[in-house]
Amino acid sequence: MMHQLVHFGDTFLMWKEGPMIWGSDVLIGLTSVGIVFFLLYFKKVKWLWTEWLTTVDHKKIGIMYILAALLMLFRGGTDALLMRSQLAFPNEHFLTAQHYDQIFTTHGTIMILFMAMPFVIGLMNIAVPLMIGARDVAFPYLNAISFWMFFFGAMLFNLSFVLGGSPDGGWTSYPPYVEQMFDPGPGENYYIMGLQIAGIGTIATGVNFLVTILKMRAPGMTLMKMPMFVWSILITSALILFAFPALTVVLAQLLIDRVAGAHFFTTTGGGMPMMYINEFWIWGHPEVYIVILPAFGVFSEVVSTFASKRLFGYSAMVASMVGITVLSFGVWVHHFFTMGAGAAVNSFFGISTMAIAIPTGVKVFNWLSTMWKGRIRFTLPMMWTSAFIPCFVLGGGVTGVMLAVAPADYQFHNSYFLIAHFHYTLIGGTVFGMLAGLTYWWPKMFGFQLDERRGRWAFWWFVIGFNVCFLPQFLLGMMGMTRRMYTYPTGLGWWIPNLISTVGGFMMGVGFLLLVYQIVWSILHQQKDLTGDPWDARTLEWSLPSPAPEYNFARTPVIHGRDEWWYIKRGKFKQEFVEPDIRPIHMPNSTGRPFLLALCMFLVGFGFVFEWYVFVALGLAGVLALMIRRSFEFDYYHYIPALEIRQTEEALGRL
Amino acid sequence: MASIAQETSSMHEHDVPLELTTEDGSLRILGFWIFLAAEVILFSCLFATYIVMHGMTSGGPTSKALYDVPGFTLETFFLLTSSFTCGIATYEMRRGNKRGVIAWMLITIAFGLGFLGLEIKEFVTDALAGATMQRSGFLSAFFTLVGTHGLHVTMGIFWMASVVIQIAIRGIDTMTSRKMFIVGLYWHFLDVVWIFIFTVVYLTGKVL
Repeated sequence: MMHQLVHFGDTFLMWKEGPMIWGSDVLIGLTSVGIVFFLLYFKKVKWLWTEWLTTVDHKKIGIMYILAALLMLFRGGTDALLMRSQLAFPNEHFLTAQHYDQIFTTHGTIMILFMAMPFVIGLMNIAVPLMIGARDVAFPYLNAISFWMFFFGAMLFNLSFVLGGSPDGGWTSYPPYVEQMFDPGPGENYYIMGLQIAGIGTIATGVNFLVTILKMRAPGMTLMKMPMFVWSILITSALILFAFPALTVVLAQLLIDRVAGAHFFTTTGGGMPMMYINEFWIWGHPEVYIVILPAFGVFSEVVSTFASKRLFGYSAMVASMVGITVLSFGVWVHHFFTMGAGAAVNSFFGISTMAIAIPTGVKVFNWLSTMWKGRIRFTLPMMWTSAFIPCFVLGGGVTGVMLAVAPADYQFHNSYFLIAHFHYTLIGGTVFGMLAGLTYWWPKMFGFQLDERRGRWAFWWFVIGFNVCFLPQFLLGMMGMTRRMYTYPTGLGWWIPNLISTVGGFMMGVGFLLLVYQIVWSILHQQKDLTGDPWDARTLEWSLPSPAPEYNFARTPVIHGRDEWWYIKRGKFKQEFVEPDIRPIHMPNSTGRPFLLALCMFLVGFGFVFEWYVFVALGLAGVLALMIRRSFEFDYYHYIPALEIRQTEEALGRL
Repeated sequence: MASIAQETSSMHEHDVPLELTTEDGSLRILGFWIFLAAEVILFSCLFATYIVMHGMTSGGPTSKALYDVPGFTLETFFLLTSSFTCGIATYEMRRGNKRGVIAWMLITIAFGLGFLGLEIKEFVTDALAGATMQRSGFLSAFFTLVGTHGLHVTMGIFWMASVVIQIAIRGIDTMTSRKMFIVGLYWHFLDVVWIFIFTVVYLTGKVL
């Protein structure tokens, strides 16, 4: 017995791994104890359960998504700084090769799937229903399931660090290396199950927002009168719907290979590793547009609001996003030109990749034209937008077209040039966009603005640090440094650019801490915004009090055109409602079952990770029971009485 | 969510089927159509893998040797018939005939179970003959594609049973008719997938 326990500890709890694991164990233990103590001491358990864990309100779900995204940004950022520390000097062995592999794997996976995705989905949850005049999303119960599936998927993935070891196959997790034969142990299973569980939740989000946007717009809001952010989310949801099932399939196939000994991607038994890489990127390339298009949507809203002008070239903006969407499904091979598919195939995918620059260019010129002769107010969201344009276009876009030239890609492939390129798109595009969106909608979420002065400090540290970090990496790529190398020898001329890059990385870390400081300071010194419209903005969500009441709209608005709220304020449109007076509102009940269902999925995932099938069976039984329980539920709505709504609206000064 | 105004306004239009009369019902039906689009992609990937790996037999059984004509013909017959009877059940629902719906749904479930039994028999026979998914890339792809469809059918049978019980208890109303309609969509979709499996996997596999 004792012997088995020691063996278990050595294998899965990794007690022999040294101080990093011990430190993490202690920190996780202390944090957990701290949270439990806080909840018990301040009697917050019931509050947590009734207000947050059981909520089906899109605004609260959005806040939880963003909170999780910021936590994951911290985790992924810590991974990044560990890597940068290792690479600051030649011949460093502060991390072993094995640890370095694990860290770049978790960094990539977390940043894309557990930071960018929830940030995007969080903002869409908060803004979309308010922008289209709806009272919630189409399927609030399903929305809660999506969130908790993401949350428990992310928790399962993060658990790998202290229990069984992190995955080490890169965020793309290419076979044959990740097959059981070369990479045994629970690490890769964590990757597969964490992504699988979160991915299923994401597909549900795609369905949910497609239906919400297509069917629940306020009367008068035709598709071409929707705010641009809503358009971007409509298109993103379609991308999710058509791309994510490919990830579901490829992860399932890899899991079957690993736990059942099948031969999809093995080197023996007729397996085909390249099949994985094709399937992975059929999801993976649309995925990069899934995280960038919502950022484009945010920029469109921000530019138009702070230039105090209507968006230039609205229909060209829509057409170019649709164009990007269609093209994004026809470019996946550019991730592996070096596979050797032949000149014809590579030419096709090279040209289709370059073609994406055209609609993207249209969008950039439209943003610039919107600013042209506008009265620009350089608020924080506008600053992030202004930083985005040069970083994204020059650092991300132009280098992207360079990478699309297949013969040249044979030189750039998997070098630091590529690393710099996609960080310029994902940070310069997505992260800047999400931070712009967070600052922009923060007053709508919480009823007060984030402090500008402290935000500017965070902005400059982050943006300058970002360029200091990634510009030298283009150079390093040209000098032949390949990605994922855990250390490098002296005498190659790589040291100075790497050192500069590391300095930049730590500047971004300072920027992140300043961002947290800005948020904390703003919470402590908040000045209540009573107008509900602190930015003098243009779209419908700003016609509501901040934060918006549970039911969003006391009466459903009638829409006359784009920028409805702006023209109401200017007296060009008359504010009208569907209902002549306030009526009782039909709202979904809170329920703890989405949380429990995702918890059961976590159990299933955990069971697969260690191949302990008792957990899988228990988890699946729980999922099935909860689904049947839901199927037999006919009364899951309640009415908020008209009197109560009237009192709420009066208290908010709206009647 | 839906205000009362929106919900009652369309309540009394006679030409609209019952399941589409509430806003909730029409949202869910559209949502399910959209979900089926995701399912199409899921099966497309499995088909693509199967087609690519068809020749990767690694010295094991080929599709020609493995597939049993009477077996998969009977499976096809069972599943296609069940889709037909499911259609009749929807028709009875439109007529408001509760007993008709229940009877035809039970027949559908019976055919579904028959199909599943035949498929399990096919898989067990293959496995006992040494044709397991561990044998070759081809067999991994075959069992995963056809097995995923079989798993969907299994889910569908549980789901239909649940809907039948609800109709037996509550009768045909806006909610049960919506559930009946959606499970019908699901079942017909599985039929469409099977037609592709029948042609791409079994018929083609017997020839090539």
